[in-house]
Amino acid sequence: MKKLINDPANVIDEALRGFAAAHPEVRVDFENRVVLRGDAPVQGKVGLVSGGGSGHEPLHAGFVGLGMLDAACAGEIFTSPVPDQMVAATKGVDGGAGVLHIVKNYTGDVMNFELAAEMVDAESGIQVTTVVIDDDVAVQDSLYTAGRRGVGATVLVEKIAGAAAEEGQSLTEVAEVARKVNAYARSMGLALTSGTVPAAGKPTFDLPDDQMEVGIGIHGEPGRRRVPVAPASEIAEMLVSPILSDLDFTGGDGVIAFVNGMGATPLIELYLMFNEVTQLLAKAGIPVARSLVGPYITSLDMAGCSVTLLKADDEILRLWDAPVNTPALRRGV
Amino acid sequence: METKDLDAWLREFARLVTLNKEQLTELDSAIGDGDHGFNMDRGLTAVVAALDAEPPDSPSALFKKVGMTLISKVGGASGPLYGTAFLRMAASADASLDVAGFAKVLRAGLDGVVARGKAVPGDKTMVDALTPAVDALDAAVAAGASQKEALQAAAEAAEKGREATVPLVAHKGRASYLGERSAGHADPGATSVTLLLTAAATTLGDDA
Repeated sequence: MKKLINDPANVIDEALRGFAAAHPEVRVDFENRVVLRGDAPVQGKVGLVSGGGSGHEPLHAGFVGLGMLDAACAGEIFTSPVPDQMVAATKGVDGGAGVLHIVKNYTGDVMNFELAAEMVDAESGIQVTTVVIDDDVAVQDSLYTAGRRGVGATVLVEKIAGAAAEEGQSLTEVAEVARKVNAYARSMGLALTSGTVPAAGKPTFDLPDDQMEVGIGIHGEPGRRRVPVAPASEIAEMLVSPILSDLDFTGGDGVIAFVNGMGATPLIELYLMFNEVTQLLAKAGIPVARSLVGPYITSLDMAGCSVTLLKADDEILRLWDAPVNTPALRRGV
Repeated sequence: METKDLDAWLREFARLVTLNKEQLTELDSAIGDGDHGFNMDRGLTAVVAALDAEPPDSPSALFKKVGMTLISKVGGASGPLYGTAFLRMAASADASLDVAGFAKVLRAGLDGVVARGKAVPGDKTMVDALTPAVDALDAAVAAGASQKEALQAAAEAAEKGREATVPLVAHKGRASYLGERSAGHADPGATSVTLLLTAAATTLGDDA
């Protein structure tokens, strides 16, 4: 294992210290491992809280700021944060209009946020609504699985719901927008290599040099199948076609197309992939209304990418275009 | 069973988890995300520290402290599941427990796990060890078994339930993403539950 770390046990605390030093505009509660907007709580605005295991940076802390999240909780690497952190975050961002919890659909995350909401309810009058993100078409949504995983759509939900909250929409309205974005978004990912959890010291799974794993999650969970490495045009097809067969993307205002890097793949390859994706969408008669390319929801040093498509409408595009000012996403300000 | 006996039970559980940390982590690496042993060990080490710092004065206070500590320290799925179990046990525990009272408490814990995790027997989870253990305990109490015999029966039923998870395909948690590939390994949650019941048989078994 070659990593820029000291003691593996201190990775999260030391990274949070660096994050705080690099971004004085946010406030870091080191004891609870919660990153908050510098001006939190914003009076009269719905507060947005998310969080999850660490190792997906810039998700979630990188998206704390104007027009996106009010607070993010950092768990151990790939392990859900605990309810105490979520309770501290919720209390820290409540400006009197209620708080939305944005939760990726993993068993641990869902249960810890559920407990946190119960604890907030028992301790205070803060109104909490929860939206669960589950956009990963690689997982069969059935009685026999934990359901689809929350992946790329999480970034889009945080941006769009964050804009709705910034506009002064109510908790019910912000939750509705978040649920719509989740319902209209689908994702599929692929790994060229496994990431390495610092405390484990070795790659999470073995992937031979000439193989890639299609349909991976963001924690080194296995994919749908393992196949020989292929040209980018064929990889794009493997990612886009299951998305298009899962939801009808035609007939609307086009899509927001998001090509995400898993952590160790250079931007030049992500743009090359984006070119392939746009060609496939053109062939399918689906216009690209907006785009996002870069490593935004990663899996440590895994190489690979994911594709997320979000079916757009007027409201989604208006909120997507609204100003945002966070460490990892900044425009229009 | 008095508070001090139950305190000894949970300290023995903590000792067994630390002892079997590597095994729990290996089982979890095979079908989950490889942190069950590490997370449970961190949580139970905190439990022992909390019990040392301020010894609880009733079974209910003891279970509540254990539940709250696990919820605050474990994370992942095990924290809320074990935490909810102990909070439900706290709510149903009398000041002093006979074996029938202990069976009632354990049943409340199982109901808490099911309510939180929504797993049913056969999903390849901790429920697969806890359900037969609680059933065996009830049956032994109804048959007039001694405390020692009843707890021994519960521990044996948990172990059998654990072994029965090996061929199962997981339907809950991260292991469910593996589908058929999750068969062939024991469930780590069912394994730690077996340690909990084993600890009960060794520490609470002599007070008949």
